[in-house]
Amino acid sequence: MTNALAFAALADPTRREVFERLAGGPLPVGELARGLPVSRPAVSQHLKVLKEAGLVTDRPDGTRRVYQIDPQGLGQIRAWLDRFWDEALEAFKAEVERDQDTETGDKP
Amino acid sequence: MSQATIKPAAIRKTFTLRAAPERAFQVFTAGFGGWWPRTHYVGPSPLTGAVIEPREGGRWYGEHEDGVERLWGDVLTWDPPRRVVLAWRLNAEFAYDPDLLTEVDVRFTALDSGETRVDFEHRGLERFGDSEAAVRTLTMMDGGWDLILGNFKTATGE
Repeated sequence: MTNALAFAALADPTRREVFERLAGGPLPVGELARGLPVSRPAVSQHLKVLKEAGLVTDRPDGTRRVYQIDPQGLGQIRAWLDRFWDEALEAFKAEVERDQDTETGDKP
Repeated sequence: MSQATIKPAAIRKTFTLRAAPERAFQVFTAGFGGWWPRTHYVGPSPLTGAVIEPREGGRWYGEHEDGVERLWGDVLTWDPPRRVVLAWRLNAEFAYDPDLLTEVDVRFTALDSGETRVDFEHRGLERFGDSEAAVRTLTMMDGGWDLILGNFKTATGE
């Protein structure tokens, strides 16, 4: 899925839970996993997806990695724009193809 | 750029149009006001039209009921019918900022079928983080997540 990458990343309920926990402040994987009904490797996998979508970032802290949501909200902005462009480009596509149908019509 | 540690991936979309590149380019640019969602505009006055001026350096703006034209950006590359690159200079609060540069790059490629492949990219999103507005937007958008995610679920038929 190339469209709505950020939204796809958040569509999974566990992943959303992980994201929302990070909204409360930076956390290492171990603490993030605590209380979640999934294994720690599964949480790491969710974090990987969130990171690829640009929604969270990580930094080393001693021997562990600490994850946090983007402090400047770029992930949110990106997610909004992504959704927005989907809408706009759909309208564009409809307009291009509508003209095609209603004018002289058939292609050779 | 301060503490920003994230570089959001560019937004990329690829799709095929049942039309030749010439028409696709024409509709995207000259016909811009015809398809741009009227719900998306800048400022207090409703949108009546939207314009991409057909040349490099041309303005990209919205036309409004109050008669004011509100700038969104400008044309960086004008190469009909293959490519248009627009500077999107609306910051995270959707206010025009001449110092902000994010790029909307749209390529139209003719396919053997007579159709057109569109490769769309909105890049430079990390530069939104240079703006103070981004921090305020984060606060504002926090409450918007449920709505946004709701839209997404509808769109995906979940």
